Amino acid sequence: MLIYLLRRLGFLGLTVVVTSLLVFLIAQVLPGDVCRVILGREAGEARIAECRADLHLDDPAPVRYLRWLADFARGDWGESYATGFEIRPLVLDRLRMSLMLAGLTFVVAVPLAVALGMLAAVNRGKWLDTVISLGSLAVVGLPEFVTGILLIELVAFRVPWLPASSSLPVGAPFRAALPALVLPALTATLVLLAYIARLTRAGVVEELKQNYVRTAELKGLPRLTVLVKHVLRNALLPTITVVAISAGWLVSGLVVIENVFNYPGLGRLLVFAIDRRDLPALQAIVMLTVVAFALANLAADLLYAALNPRIRVG
Amino acid sequence: MTPDSNPPILELRDLTVSYRTGGRGSDALRGVSLAVERGQTYGLVGESGSGKSTLALAVMRYLGGEGAVARGEIRFDGRDLLALSPADLRRIWGREMALVPQDPFTALNPAMRIGEQLAEGLRLRFGLNPAEARAAALDALRSVRLPDAERAADSYPHQLSGGQQQRVLIALALSGRPKLLVLDEPTTALDVTTEAAVLDLVRDLTRAAGASALYVTHNLGVVAGRTERVAVLYASELVEDAPTADLFRQPLHPYTRGLLDSVPRLGQRKDERRLTGIDGSIPPPGDLPPGCVFEPRCPLAVDRCRAERPALDEPLPGRRVRCHRWPEILSGEVSARRELPPALPSATESGEPLLRLEDVTVRYPLRRTAAETLRREPKKAVRAVSGVSLSLKQGRTLGIVGESGSGKTSLARAIVGLVQRSDGDIHLMEVELPPRLSQRGRALLAQLQMVFQNPEEALNPYLTVGESLSRPLVNLLGVSRAEARQRAGDLLEAVRLPRTYAARLPAQLSGGEKQRVAIARAFAANPALLLADEPVSSLDVSVQANILNLLTDLQREHAAATLFISHDIAVVAYLADEVAVMYLGQLMETGPAAALFEPPYHPYTEALLSAIPAPDPTVRQAAIRLAGELPSAVDVPSGCPFHTRCPRALGAVCETQTPPWQTAPGGKRIFCHIPVEELAAQQLPVVVFGGEGE
Ligand code: SF4
Ligand code: SF4
Repeated sequence: MLIYLLRRLGFLGLTVVVTSLLVFLIAQVLPGDVCRVILGREAGEARIAECRADLHLDDPAPVRYLRWLADFARGDWGESYATGFEIRPLVLDRLRMSLMLAGLTFVVAVPLAVALGMLAAVNRGKWLDTVISLGSLAVVGLPEFVTGILLIELVAFRVPWLPASSSLPVGAPFRAALPALVLPALTATLVLLAYIARLTRAGVVEELKQNYVRTAELKGLPRLTVLVKHVLRNALLPTITVVAISAGWLVSGLVVIENVFNYPGLGRLLVFAIDRRDLPALQAIVMLTVVAFALANLAADLLYAALNPRIRVG
Repeated sequence: MTPDSNPPILELRDLTVSYRTGGRGSDALRGVSLAVERGQTYGLVGESGSGKSTLALAVMRYLGGEGAVARGEIRFDGRDLLALSPADLRRIWGREMALVPQDPFTALNPAMRIGEQLAEGLRLRFGLNPAEARAAALDALRSVRLPDAERAADSYPHQLSGGQQQRVLIALALSGRPKLLVLDEPTTALDVTTEAAVLDLVRDLTRAAGASALYVTHNLGVVAGRTERVAVLYASELVEDAPTADLFRQPLHPYTRGLLDSVPRLGQRKDERRLTGIDGSIPPPGDLPPGCVFEPRCPLAVDRCRAERPALDEPLPGRRVRCHRWPEILSGEVSARRELPPALPSATESGEPLLRLEDVTVRYPLRRTAAETLRREPKKAVRAVSGVSLSLKQGRTLGIVGESGSGKTSLARAIVGLVQRSDGDIHLMEVELPPRLSQRGRALLAQLQMVFQNPEEALNPYLTVGESLSRPLVNLLGVSRAEARQRAGDLLEAVRLPRTYAARLPAQLSGGEKQRVAIARAFAANPALLLADEPVSSLDVSVQANILNLLTDLQREHAAATLFISHDIAVVAYLADEVAVMYLGQLMETGPAAALFEPPYHPYTEALLSAIPAPDPTVRQAAIRLAGELPSAVDVPSGCPFHTRCPRALGAVCETQTPPWQTAPGGKRIFCHIPVEELAAQQLPVVVFGGEGE
């Protein structure tokens, strides 16, 4: 088990390093001189040279990469080209906002999705299954911005305390932010919900065919015990992995949703940074996203191992 | 409730179960009636497609989505089982009736500890608190003689062997103290020695609890020694039902007769009395013949059989049979027994060996884990085969017997070149065989052919039978395509299949037919040596016999030597001229097949013979049961590999020193520290034959 954990951690480290390389390289191959971008077209050669020296832009690439990485690890993420502010507090605040949204989505979506998937599987072929399956199929097929806009149209304009635009002060505490969170979270939930529900249904249907389910039933256990204690646990194993991978989707999905709802999260910032060619900000956001994604995967692996004794014990 | 004060524990009346697949219903059981008395052990025998598993599940009223009782009644303990609500059923399941399922490897929840899988039912059924339930679970595990109950309780299923898992399932079934135990092929996945131990256990435990048991199985040997009554199912119908001893002594239904003549009695040899088998195959459930279901395969069929479905008659008190001609069979006027001339004796033992193995060793290196590499542990290997020396002469058959993990299949694969031997020499006709298949020339490839256990995998599903057969002719013998096509037809005839089968694809053949094609293909190149690895174990017994006969005849015609590998000792003893017994990758004993059942035996052989499920209730067998589990082939015990389980082990010598090969009078060679004279003096015959049937 320890070895498993170490291997997973090593893998995580490797992922982060490879991404950092990629992020760095992209910045290198992007056309245009950074100093030109900062100083503008009219700047004289002398000022450009001074700027380049300041930023160590003339050092060899590996040196620059290592320096950048070391700075980044130390928490010195540089200053935004666009606003001149320090990047770290800015990005971390936005990250907190995004995590609030993602967390709320997860907490609502996952249990609900699992319950729905299970309901569908147990009633396989009956009307309830058809309703759930068709419903989730429809929602999966819709892009997030459509769902979001539909929700704004259908809900926000009717329910007075739910704002259509979720723009908030960035430091807003969770309680204050909650009304503004509802609709974006609901949008993300719908898509995630459908996805996980379908997976759970498939998992449960598969598990229900297994012989151990018959053994459990023929012990005379109540149906619910059989389903929750025996079936669900095994059925969720494949689901967990896929959900972790879909955390990647959640990131991109959140970018869209945050923009539809004007929600001040990392996704908004990302679009803003791209707009302004704000390279340091972009690098920081991508790195953070990747770390978050890798951590989500690690958590999923650990959960998988916890639920699956074949990994946990020899 | 019936007024009858002591009704049978289980009664099926005219039970018909239908499966609905793709809109079309078909009967998995048709009008089956039987009664299991209280305390009785009842055997239900059937081949695949007979409906026996459906019956087991119907009795539990657990048929799943597609199956439903279309007609008839199931009465359990005086109650109408079909009238019970799901909630009532849950009160009966596990508590009054319990099922021991077929496949131990999938029947336990992989993600839950064994202890909890037992305890959850105990808490529910007897209202125990967690501590009491745990204690009761441990008791249950001890009752099935799991050596370390505490450890087993804390294990997950994958940490236990198949035999141990099957014991857990039996413990589970018995823990609710049911009145009826339904055992669905309870030992099919197990080795003979484990099977015998598990069956003994079930017998002792049900007897102690006064419970009734219904054994559902394809194995006549399993029911012969352990049941009081036997019913025979064929193509969804019950065709015969009788006290076990009577059924084996004087079967009244032609199908029962055929089944009994399809399996070798212990000690039966092909050159004395042939197995006869049953021609044809079981009809598909959607397409049953209008009259007697057995009519297409019955040697006694007459016109009436085609027109009229026979009733289940009672020719003698306590015996029932579904056949129009039982009066003639009973009086002895006709018999469904088919006589085949015994096989011609094999070639004599003179001459140079055709195949010679010297010290053949097969090791599969294991990858070290990261931790082991760090600790600089030596590289480990699975020692599948260690130092096996054998020889086989032209025209003769050498049988290799072993349980799973004995290395018999690895040995076969090393000979064929499918795995590389790590050590030792193999000579075929005085030519050294290179270890790898790719180093062997065409001529050598043609000399050595193999028939595998699973015909499904052996035949290319995209080639027609004709193409499969002509390939080796063209590739190995350089025959022209036109001639190959002609010869493919001849080969089909040789394996008693119509020539028209050449155009068929494997998917259009039954299992037995596929195996015939595989055998035809093996003989196509006219090999000097045929290697058959469990060629009949995936087939129904009635088909097995025909395949074995075919092998014998073809071998004779081609004067080929055969290496026949099987876990089934009775079959090996029937077919082979010489027998070699393997355990943990090493030979334990070799000798003439005719002497196999005579002492002295190697102690392992002794245990093996005592465990054979003999399809004959008159046979008496010593009950030698091996303790413990098969050791891992990674850490083969030192000295004699069998010492960890040997009932006759001598102590230190056996644990530290490699035993000598000793020659016993009958030509047997025994790998044991105990001098053969002493073995001969200590051992009684393990198998004592009773009177011959009929
Ligand atoms: S009824 Fe006829 S076909 Fe059927 S088993 Fe009897 S003799 Fe054979
Ligand atoms: S050598 Fe010893 S342990 Fe091995 S079989 Fe003989 S008596 Fe048993």
